[in-house]
This record gives sequence, structure tokens and C-alpha cells, in this order.
Amino acid sequence: MNKLELIKEKLKDYDGEELRFMEVCGTHTAAISENGIHGMISPKIHLISGPGCPVCVTVTAVIDRLTELSLTENTTVLTFGDLIRVRGSKMSLADARAMGGRVEMLYSPMDAVKMAAKNPDRNYVFAAIGFETTTPVYAMVLKEIIAQDVHNLKLLTSLKTMPEVIRWVCKNTDNIDGFLAPGHVSVITGSDLFKQLSEETGLPFVVAGFDGPGLLAAVYALCGMRDKPGLKNVYKSAVSENGNESAREAVEEFFEPCDASWRGMGMIPGSGMRLKEKYGEYDAGSYGLDEDHMPPGCSCARVLTGEISPEECPLFGKKCTPEDAHGACMVSTEGSCYNYYISGRKKR
Amino acid sequence: MCVAIPGRIVELNGTKATVDFSGNTVEAEAGLVKVKIGDRVLVHAGCIIQTMSDDEADEMEELFREIEDIQI
Amino acid sequence: MKVTMAHGSGGASTTELIENIFAKHFKNEYLDQLEDSAVVPGHERLAVTTDSFVVTPYFFPGGDIGRLSVCGTVNDLLMSGAVPKYITCGCILEEGMDLDDLDKIIESMANTAKEAGVVVVTGDTKVVEKRGDFGGIMINTSGVGFMPKGVSLSPSGCKDGDVIIVSGNLGDHHAAILSGRMNIKNSIVSDNAPLVEMSRGLIDEGIKVHAMRDVTRGGLGTVLHEFSGASDCEIHIYQDKLPVSNEVRDFCKMLGLDPVYMGNEGKMISVVAGEDADRALSIIRKSKYGENAAIIGEVKKDDNSGVVLHTAIGGTRLIGPLYGEGLPRIC
Repeated sequence: MNKLELIKEKLKDYDGEELRFMEVCGTHTAAISENGIHGMISPKIHLISGPGCPVCVTVTAVIDRLTELSLTENTTVLTFGDLIRVRGSKMSLADARAMGGRVEMLYSPMDAVKMAAKNPDRNYVFAAIGFETTTPVYAMVLKEIIAQDVHNLKLLTSLKTMPEVIRWVCKNTDNIDGFLAPGHVSVITGSDLFKQLSEETGLPFVVAGFDGPGLLAAVYALCGMRDKPGLKNVYKSAVSENGNESAREAVEEFFEPCDASWRGMGMIPGSGMRLKEKYGEYDAGSYGLDEDHMPPGCSCARVLTGEISPEECPLFGKKCTPEDAHGACMVSTEGSCYNYYISGRKKR
Repeated sequence: MCVAIPGRIVELNGTKATVDFSGNTVEAEAGLVKVKIGDRVLVHAGCIIQTMSDDEADEMEELFREIEDIQI
Repeated sequence: MKVTMAHGSGGASTTELIENIFAKHFKNEYLDQLEDSAVVPGHERLAVTTDSFVVTPYFFPGGDIGRLSVCGTVNDLLMSGAVPKYITCGCILEEGMDLDDLDKIIESMANTAKEAGVVVVTGDTKVVEKRGDFGGIMINTSGVGFMPKGVSLSPSGCKDGDVIIVSGNLGDHHAAILSGRMNIKNSIVSDNAPLVEMSRGLIDEGIKVHAMRDVTRGGLGTVLHEFSGASDCEIHIYQDKLPVSNEVRDFCKMLGLDPVYMGNEGKMISVVAGEDADRALSIIRKSKYGENAAIIGEVKKDDNSGVVLHTAIGGTRLIGPLYGEGLPRIC
């Protein structure tokens, strides 16, 4: 039997104590669903989706600011795709677009610089959301803006970082037995960051890639390492201990840590990044966008800490559906509620 | 959260690279990683964030080597 | 030359536009009368459908809005089991649109109609003021088809033991359109095509077809989800059997999209009796646009309904309909 088949068999047959592991990366959540990993492992192993999708954790104040900008004369809001669906306190960017707002999608934020240079009479705002993986991309955009002397492109930032939110999860719950560390965040930060978090929290961390075998290997490793601190990296093809130092330097040049507000979870000190004051002219009004208007009953925080599963939220499938998403967890295709809703993942 | 996939550099012009993904090409920012033409690289949102080993088969081997001492 | 408001006035400019572009390309005994209504021969049972088309840009890799507007309506008729006969052409033009472009679009409509064996029997043109984001042209086509005796197809017809056949690679149209918008270069072209040969082939050869549907916006997942609900059955499909080109597969991965939900304009799903599976597949494969057809799964009638995707690594997941627009997911 080859190694993959052996791992599959062991994960299926596992009959020890109940284990709960959290993936703190939305792309992991999506990949776990896409591969159907939940049905391949013992019902005693639970995979919980954490707060790792930047679209999902963007608060309503940021969306409100973006919709307002999109409806401002001579202004276009640029974004990656699925942020368009996220509701602010009144509407989403899709709603704003229906009212005549200008919103365009891009694959590469670098294209925004070209677009702005080509249309100097129009103002552009890039909805700069993301974690450690995406922030360096925005740093490169800023370099390019400065090099090309472009004055009609600004960033509206809602940038998040992993360490403080992982500490927040650990502080708010004691029923997590280990973490699947975010693969592409680790490309930038290096796996050492999670080694440090492991020692601090006393829990195992496994850095994982995004294909089926990688995910199964990571869950297998977590089962073997349960309850003890330790770090394994099963995504060595992309993740080194040290990460990408030039990317971190580029980030440090333009951004500084700040407190950040998370959708459905509240303010977490030191969990975000913002533009340094000296680059304030490139900011489209990001400071102080902390308000988060959630409908009563929204249980995102408890879903995100794994305290309840999505269908235990009173809004799940009723007021909050993929067609009309409210909470952080339903808004993106990476959200845990969204994935439960479409893939029929059930608490076992 | 952070979608990134490996592609191959087919053109390089300073810090701008053209990266190919099975026939799809994009201009990617190459200012964060030392790269050369032919390198297999990980691209996120139009930016090269890492170089990767050349052989996918090796990656699978390495993955299992990392966990071979683990028992459950 | 550009489209002007005068072209929509109903006066001399309108007549000129119709004669120089529409009548020139569509030329047939019914339309040539240029009467208020086309009077055409009929049939005992008719299938009637209508569809509107907006796409930016109106010329895209592998096709254009004219071809698309014929394929969409013709395919809708075919999927009911009808033989498409007549279509209509309603155009809303934006002031300032290039007349040469309009000529090419209408020529493409005429060529596609000819390929599909339908006649454009009547039409209408209006012009709206330039507004910048209209996209130049919007087209509505209605279609009429003749229903052969005894043919009745509906999404509720799926039966235990049926097999699911998809007529070719998934996602080409969606990827072709999105590539331009997202500034990704590739050789992906739209699959927009009339599916006359394959769908008529199945029926004429006496294949027991229980349900048929063109896979358009919303993708394979949305169609199968509807079949499963309407037929109250469980549909099982296999990831490693889904036909997707490598180029579209990587395109989807780059943008966090799922081929199961990518839109198409020249693909169909047929649900046929298990004993006819091989014969049906071979008919589709031999027909125009069907060379990549594949059997991707089967129908199981039991207590459950739903669509189960068996993943390549050995897991399963439930496939729901597409929610929202199917937007890229990058950060």
C-alpha cells in the first residue's frame, strides 16, 4: 500500500479521543471542502474553520466607505472579485454598482497602477484587503505608484495579520487541539513564526499546502502531535523557516502594525496593518473604520472559535444565506458557514 | 484566503516577469524574489512570492518524509 | 459610420439601416416581406422560447454577441426535444456604436442561423442615447420549434440507473470572457455553438433520453442540482471524469473558481438510460462540437436527493446551485 493510502486508512480508522483542529486559512477551508476531506476522516476528528478569510472578516464600516467611494463622482473602486458581495451596514458593492457606482475587478493590483496612469483624470481606489501574503503585493503597488508618480490611485486598507488572532482564538476557547497553519501566509512569514506560536500556546502547528495529499498529511501529523507543542512543515516546496525576507522588508517600508476590528468578533489589538503616516497621501480614508453593524443573533465569533458549528447559529440558513449573507462566515466562498451551507458539512 | 499557484517564468524584464500557467500568461511583479527564466514560481495576485522546486514528484516524497516518524 | 438616434426614428434612416444590414444578411422569404408580422407555416405542437443577450465586449475570443444570441435560443428549443424552425431578432443599439461592427454581428447571426437550420423571420431595432456602459448592443431572440410526436423532456425525467453525459469541456466561454477582463492572456475561446447535431442525433437514433439541458450560466452544478430536485433522485458525478482543458483548469485555480460552476454556451447535459450509455456517448462524440464528450456520473433513486461529487482523492462533497455571480476569489 502506498503512503497516501496508508494515511487515508489510518485517518478513517482513528478511534482515540475526540480531536479538534482549526484551519486558520480560508483557502484551506475551501480546499478541505473541494476535496471532500471531511468524509474521509474518522468522525472523532473535527476540522473547524477559523478566522482566516480576509473578505469574511472585513467590517461593515470598510464596506460602507467603499460603497460611498464607488458612488462618488469620477471615482472607481477596484477589487478582487468576491468582496463585491459583502454587505456593509446598508448595501454591498454589488448594490452600489446597481445604483450607478463604479466597481471593477482585477487579478493583479499592479494593473491598477497602469489603469490609473492611463486615465489620469479619474480617481481610483484599490480595496486593499488581505493577510501577510497580500500585504507585500500592496507594498509593490505603492513602490510603483511612487516610481511612476501616479496621483490618482489610493488604497483603502483593511489588512490583517495572523499571530494576534490565533492568540485571541486560544484565549477564547480551550477546545482546540492543534492548528493547520496557513500555507501562503507562511511563505512570507516563514514557518518559524508558527513554531513560536506553538511554544506559546502549547499546541501543535502544521504548515500545509492546498492539495488533497498535503491536507491529509497535515491532519495526520496533527493527530500524531496532538496536545503537545511542535511544528511540522508539509509544504516545504514553498515554505522555508525564514520566509520571504524581501517581502517583509517591503511591507515594513510602507506599513505599521495597528489594532484591527474583525467582522463579528470585535477589536483585536495589534492584529492589523495600516499605511505609515508619511505615506498618508496614498490612503483613501482607512483610519478609524472600526464599526461593525451585525444583525442581532449573529454568532460569527462563536463559529470562528469553534464553540458552535455553523448550523447552530440562529441566523444560519434563515436570515443569513449565501444569497443574502450577513456574517463573516457566510459572505465569502471561503467562509465556514458558506461551505457548510453548500457542501452539506454537518457537525458529527 | 490567499490563492496562489505555481507557474513558470517565460520572460523576464527587470522586475517584470511573464509567468505561464498551462497556457495562461500574466505579467507578474518579480521584485520580491530572485528569479530567472525557466524558474517554477508561486504567484499570488500578480506577484511572485516564492520560487519552488522543479519537480512535483519530489514534493510528494518530501511531504511523506516529513511525517514518516509520526504514528496515530 | 456610427449608429445615430436617427437610426431609431422609424423614418428613412431606420429603413436604410434595416435594408443595408438586417435584410441584407437575413434574406429569406418571410423576412423579405418586411410586414408587421411574419406569417409562417405551423405544426401541431410548438416549443416557444425567448432570451436576451448582453455581453461585454461584444466580440470575444471564439465568438460574438450575434452568434451567441442564436445559439442560446436554438439550444433552448433543442433541449425541449423540439426541432428549431424560426427565430426573431430584436436589437437595442447604443448611439455611437460602429455600424461596421453591427454589420459583422448581424452577418454572424445570419451564418449561425444557417448553421442551426433556423430562419430569422422578423426583427426590430431601437436606439438608445449614448450612456457609456451600455456595451453598444443588446439582442433579444425568440424562437419557435416544432415538437415531434411523442417527445417529452423535462428535468423531472431522471431515473435510477441513468447515466449523465456532458458534451464537452467545461468552462471555456466563461474563461474566455473573464480572461480579457482580468488581463490574463491565453488561447481559450468561447464554445458558443448550436447543438443541433448532437441533440437531434440522440432523439432521432431512438436513445432513451430522460432529460436534457444546455449548460449555460450557473454551470454544471446548477443544472444537476435542478435535475436532482425535480426528479427526486441522487446524482453522483466523478471529479476525475469531468472534461476540463488544462488551460481552463489552471485559469480557474489562479482565480479561485470552480469549473463545476463556470458558464458555457455550447455544452449540454443529457441524462440517458443506462443501457443506451455507450451508444449515446458515441453519437455525441461523432457530432459537431461533441468530440470531448464524457460520461461523468449516474442517477440513483433512493431516499435522498442531491448531487454528490466524488473527489479525485476519494472524498465526497455535495454540489449546490451557484450562489451570486461566481466571482474570483484571490486574497
